[in-house]
Amino acid sequence: MYSHDGLLSQPKFSIGQKLLHLHWLYVILLTITASIGFAMLYSAAGGDFDPWASRQMMRFGIGVLGMIVVAITDIRVWLRYAYGFYFIVLALLVAVEVAGFVGMGAQRWISFGIFNVQPSELMKVAMVLALARYFHGGSIEDVGRIFYLVPPLVMVVVPAVLIIRQPDLGTTLMLVLASVAIFFAAGVRMWKFMLAGAVGLISAPVAWFTILRDYQKQRILTFINPETDTLGSGYHIIQSKIALGSGGMFGKGFMQGTQSHLNFLPEKQTDFIFTMLAEEFGLVGGLTLIALYVLLLAYGFIIAMSSRNHFGRLVGIGVTVTFFLYIFINIAMVMGLIPVVGVPLPLVSYGGTAMLTLLFGFGLLLSVHIHRDITIGRRDSGDEF
Amino acid sequence: MHRDSERHKLFTRRALMLAGGKTVLLSVLAGRMYYLQVVESERYVTLADENRINLRLLPPPRGRIVDRHARPMADNQQNYRVVIIPEQAQDVERTLDRLSLIVSLSPGERRRILREVKRKRAFVPITVRENLDWREVARIEVNTPDLPGVLIDVGQSRNYKSGPETAHVLGYVASVSEKELTGDPLLELPGFRIGKAGVEKVYDLALRGSGGSSQVEVNALGRVIRELNRQEGQPGTEVRLTIDRDLQNYIANYLGNESASVVVMDVHSGEVLALVSSPSFDPNSFNKGLSQAEWESLISNPRAPLTNKSIAGQYAPGSTFKPAVALAALDKGVITPETKVHCGGSTKLGNTEFHCWKKGGHGPLDLRGAIEHSCDVYFYEVARRTGIDRIGAMARRFGFGDQLGLDLPGEKSGLVPDNKWKMGAIGSPWQLGETLIAGIGQGYILTTPLQLAVMTARLANGGRAVKPRLTTDQFSPEGVQPYPTDEAESLGLPPDHLSIVLKGMEDVVNAPTGTAYRSRIKEPEWRMAGKTGTVQVRRISKAERETGVLKNKDLPWEERDHALFVGYAPFDKPRFAISVVVEHGGGGSSTAAPIARDILRETQRLAAKHDVSNPVEEQEI
Repeated sequence: MYSHDGLLSQPKFSIGQKLLHLHWLYVILLTITASIGFAMLYSAAGGDFDPWASRQMMRFGIGVLGMIVVAITDIRVWLRYAYGFYFIVLALLVAVEVAGFVGMGAQRWISFGIFNVQPSELMKVAMVLALARYFHGGSIEDVGRIFYLVPPLVMVVVPAVLIIRQPDLGTTLMLVLASVAIFFAAGVRMWKFMLAGAVGLISAPVAWFTILRDYQKQRILTFINPETDTLGSGYHIIQSKIALGSGGMFGKGFMQGTQSHLNFLPEKQTDFIFTMLAEEFGLVGGLTLIALYVLLLAYGFIIAMSSRNHFGRLVGIGVTVTFFLYIFINIAMVMGLIPVVGVPLPLVSYGGTAMLTLLFGFGLLLSVHIHRDITIGRRDSGDEF
Repeated sequence: MHRDSERHKLFTRRALMLAGGKTVLLSVLAGRMYYLQVVESERYVTLADENRINLRLLPPPRGRIVDRHARPMADNQQNYRVVIIPEQAQDVERTLDRLSLIVSLSPGERRRILREVKRKRAFVPITVRENLDWREVARIEVNTPDLPGVLIDVGQSRNYKSGPETAHVLGYVASVSEKELTGDPLLELPGFRIGKAGVEKVYDLALRGSGGSSQVEVNALGRVIRELNRQEGQPGTEVRLTIDRDLQNYIANYLGNESASVVVMDVHSGEVLALVSSPSFDPNSFNKGLSQAEWESLISNPRAPLTNKSIAGQYAPGSTFKPAVALAALDKGVITPETKVHCGGSTKLGNTEFHCWKKGGHGPLDLRGAIEHSCDVYFYEVARRTGIDRIGAMARRFGFGDQLGLDLPGEKSGLVPDNKWKMGAIGSPWQLGETLIAGIGQGYILTTPLQLAVMTARLANGGRAVKPRLTTDQFSPEGVQPYPTDEAESLGLPPDHLSIVLKGMEDVVNAPTGTAYRSRIKEPEWRMAGKTGTVQVRRISKAERETGVLKNKDLPWEERDHALFVGYAPFDKPRFAISVVVEHGGGGSSTAAPIARDILRETQRLAAKHDVSNPVEEQEI
């Protein structure tokens, strides 16, 4: 065991040692999960690696390398650049308001030459880092003070407002909920959450008439009673439930999903890929994937709790909660439990931005794991790195 | 660091709470999955199958209609259509340009095709042209490489070998109308045809068969991916008629555009060998769809080409009715074969004078002579003695006054009048004078040509109540079986009564003084017997009778007499009965009898030919 006092006793590893200490089991679990995605994308294309599976594999390969680079980067570096990163992403978010181009009816991308970046996705990671850094610097007493909570609230509200204006309900929801979880883990008093919850309930009708766009309202209305609109917005939910239900216990077999392959299921390679999995592999297949997610989540919590620095703990919990939110919102959505809000299934759905965001997050989580024994003082901002 | 461990403890507690919350939420997901995939699974399996499986009906081929010698009268013809599938054609306009070098396309047709291309999904075939001939089909097939997305599609359409000649027997098929829908999904198929008249209508269910089905898998756009299951239907049953196709055609062509009807039947079995009503129409054009002008000309034609006169035309029988009157009188005993009546050219009843057709009269005649000469005065007297009730009863025994139940739609029952009928229909009591008129088959009495043929058959077969029929087999819900071969039941007429009447009918044709002597058949084994009839359709006024009755040829067509003849042959061994009615044709002996002679001769010639070729029946496809 390392002693608790002073920088002198901080463990220092070479790159080789860090790689040795990398949570390889976690990386393997990620790869297995992603491979399920590859198989489903192969099936979605009617038994072809083109156009989705091969590109997704390439992205995952590059993404894992990036993740390892993030993982072996000292946790204090991330502490040090947390705010800077946050503000750059915030600036990008403002930029999409100004210069972003319109895609899919919503302004979400900003073009950097050959590839497009979705700042709202990056904000999920930036927010975790920024909030972790903020609460890392606060004592229990600090967290108890109302005014201490104002800056982090502003840090959450500003990007949330920008993203919901794009409009992107799903990402806003995830951002806010992940932030709430970090506030919670940081020790903000229970009654404050209850108060916030009460205020939220009261302001919901206000939001209905001011912020929410018509199509968002429609989604919520459709969610409440999908059968009323079988060819419009409700169609997706109904077809998804039919696909799931008809999969039964063991499914229809790989590449045998009728709902998916006959195109009754919309967006089967992206948002509704879980439905396709459950149609082709049944309850068993769906629960297997959920079990993998549970393992990854459990390791995430263990990593967060076993860190000896508060920044690492909060980053760990933030990444894990964000990961969980992806999983829960997507699966609940395709099963008709919540409205269709357009959140992909992490590691499985086709799509570059979400994959990169997630692997960035997992990189941070693994960094927390590698650097779990480093202690960082409350006032320490990692400037020596 | 004490503070950090406190913070750590709080964090751990909160983290565990978060983990607990997540576990709960994930359990909700798992529970929901279980609910959807296990509890409700069956319902969703059904819904998924409803999504992907379409049931398509396969129309059965309609059964053929063949004649008594199994020669086709109605069958199905391949109908070649050229279709274009826009998705495969890609440049539809260019493909149509190339195609129009083979089948000419009017600008209108082109517009219709392009409109359909726009409206329908790209994989739905669009009909470019129907009823292609072989040359066009072959040229399109050869040029397939240059015609992407162009296909030849084969459908079936009803084809009548002889069009107008058999139209009144076979009827025709046409599209199903709204009120004909019975719930049979076959009827709802676009382009499905059902029998609308004639044999096609009566035996529609047998001819129709039952539809098969094909289960196909479709995608969300409705495109067929593959066939899952196929259940073949039951093709329609072949219906074999008693009609002799050659005879039917012979008669139809013989009658030409004359407004006439001929029925030829077997006196023992009741099989109808020919049933012709002219003029006629072409059922093939009904099948394709009739233009307004064609339809107008059919329904406005005074010779009523759409009416089957053989069963729906009702005429006073005239003198052809006299054998029945004679039998009624013999039956009542008011005359004997030897009873003589003096004909002086007319007879008086009260103030009314009833004329014989022969001015000056026939002198004294017995029954056989009265039939031979068709003396009206003799039958006025006989009718007066017999009374209308007994005449009516005998008429009914011969099949008059009611439908005979021939398997054709639209059969009329005719009319056998009596006192009760007249009180009901006209409201005044029966007059004795009307009995006299009925005695020569005029007045209220109405018969169909089919009834006249049946009467003749019942006379010729020795007084048996033979019933006419058009098919060799009986169709019933239990199945198809041949008609029994037993003789029909007897009408209970004394043989000596019958034979004296038949002798009279032999003399009509074969005695030099008979009314139809000029129309006798000279071949000894085919000789016929018969009875002429001429029916007035206008009233001859007293003034006209005094100045001389106008000849038929001097009258407008619709005022001329109907010419009738009933007969049978060979007279010594009766086999075939015939009735001929020529509307406004003039005299029975001058117009109808020669027609009957030629047809009965042809009937026997054809029968002899087939008798020889039996039992090896010729099969002409």
